[in-house]
Amino acid sequence: MSAELIRLTAADTAAKIAAGEVTAVEVAHAHLDRIAAVDERVHSFLQVDADGALAAAEAVDTARASGEKLGPLAGVPLALKDVVVTKGLETTSGSKILKGWIPPYDATITTKMRDAGIVILGKTNMDEFAMGSSTENSAYGATHNPWDLDRTPGGSSGGSSAAVAAFEAPLSIGTDTGGSIRQPAAVTGIVGHKPTYGAVSRRGLIAFSSSLDQAGPFGRTVLDAALLHEVIAGHDPGDSTSLNVPVSQVVAAAREGAQGDLGGLTVGVVRELGGEGYEPGVEAAARETYARLEQMGAKVVEVSCPNFTYALAAYYLIAPSECSSNLARFDSVRYGLRVGDDGVNSLEDVMSLTREAGFGAEVKRRIMIGTYALSSGYYDAYYGQAQKVRTLISRDFAAAFETCDVLVSPATPTVAFRLGERVDDPMAMYAADLCTLPASLAGLPAISVPAGLSEGLPVGLQIMAPALADDRCYRVAAAVEASFGHPLIDDAPELHR
Amino acid sequence: MPAISREEVAHLARLARLAVTDEELDMFAGQLDVILGAVARVGEVAADDIPPTSHVVPLTNVLREDEPQPSIDREAVLAVAPAAEDGRFRVPRILDEDA
Repeated sequence: MSAELIRLTAADTAAKIAAGEVTAVEVAHAHLDRIAAVDERVHSFLQVDADGALAAAEAVDTARASGEKLGPLAGVPLALKDVVVTKGLETTSGSKILKGWIPPYDATITTKMRDAGIVILGKTNMDEFAMGSSTENSAYGATHNPWDLDRTPGGSSGGSSAAVAAFEAPLSIGTDTGGSIRQPAAVTGIVGHKPTYGAVSRRGLIAFSSSLDQAGPFGRTVLDAALLHEVIAGHDPGDSTSLNVPVSQVVAAAREGAQGDLGGLTVGVVRELGGEGYEPGVEAAARETYARLEQMGAKVVEVSCPNFTYALAAYYLIAPSECSSNLARFDSVRYGLRVGDDGVNSLEDVMSLTREAGFGAEVKRRIMIGTYALSSGYYDAYYGQAQKVRTLISRDFAAAFETCDVLVSPATPTVAFRLGERVDDPMAMYAADLCTLPASLAGLPAISVPAGLSEGLPVGLQIMAPALADDRCYRVAAAVEASFGHPLIDDAPELHR
Repeated sequence: MPAISREEVAHLARLARLAVTDEELDMFAGQLDVILGAVARVGEVAADDIPPTSHVVPLTNVLREDEPQPSIDREAVLAVAPAAEDGRFRVPRILDEDA
């Protein structure tokens, strides 16, 4: 019974709960049992909130018993990235500086999910403050890829991707600043979507790079991700960058795409997102997927976006600059760690000692890069120039979307890399985001959907769309999924040793 | 691009309030040099007449009626602070007593 429940899609789970075939409490127990059985090896979770999950599940069962109409994801368990604050449940953002911090409020998306009857199982591991591409920068140890426990599940949302890929939860939430949803989804064989910037509230997300950060859904199927997308999206007066526009109809788009008809759609393959640095197996899987798109009626053309080659350089100036400013809030005064407060040290000494003890190496590197890039004398050459490149990248997209409905590329240049392989080489780690950075810098929606295997490991196809056209990402992704006949995750090795 | 020296890294660390160790200075000096050398590529793009993008969403002031609303409870906030006293955050000394 339990073993079957954990393999259901979120959509089917909710349907069975609504039909009374299974209770939300049984579903929660099945997933808590799974976590207990495998998480020692996978380490998706930093906190498992069994009491909270069972209480939320019981509330759904009670509501159903009293005849209330349940939402489309009521009773479905979810794993929540630890960058999203949860009232009463420790939230660390993967950092020692917030160890033990219990937020006094819920993020807007946390509230939306609770209101939808979603059962939050716990908080997932991540690269510290979402800075990284492997989850190895977590202060609490690495997460392992369920396809091969010696490899990374991607990052920074690696705990969330691994939880879904290991059947510990059917759904999870990640955040994507430069690729932190799409890259982990790709290397764990699941679906992950970065919404249009401003489509999902950032209130209650611990900020890394405010002009780029965006929360989004993970699921094992496109429809599951779409159902979660519609729960968390929408205008929030508590976030000044939240867009006051109707939510993109991504569930309908996922259902339409699953019909497998892409007639009339023009798909642009981005020439610059391939070639040097890309594994042949990844490029081959992507090419085979482009052929599938053509078979379903799409017109596939090649497009050039010349400024994409500067996306990595621009991103690793803009994001560190914003992070150096955002992380100034960790000053040992209002929350988190305080070190060296001995009555002799000054406030400034205590701040410096606290930040030294509380931040890991990658966070310190980025704070210093940002501090450098924003210094007078260097500002124009670094941060100012990066912002101009950002404009040029947006213009490349605009030109490509004059002839194409969506753009596609591999979601990552390589399959999941080995734990430890890149930790001492920051530039090699940064290269994992090569494909995902342009859409981030332009604020555009982009999804990663499983597109076959290379050397037995998952490859993701990235589908990028114009701002607010998130539905196009889901439509094409659902068509790709349908063309394979079954979710790729079904091919993942069972976790046993 | 200019190589970044150990002294410059120490200066950045001071500006960023990071009490880095000597070993870290050695490690970061090499790494920051490589990273800054790589990101300096943005300078290759001819962009003199290109406007910068700070934000993809046009930012305008968001105004609302000035109506009092409940906030997060003060005690709840202070309960998770490193140190509190008399309903406020307690901080280490800010002024030098000898000054």
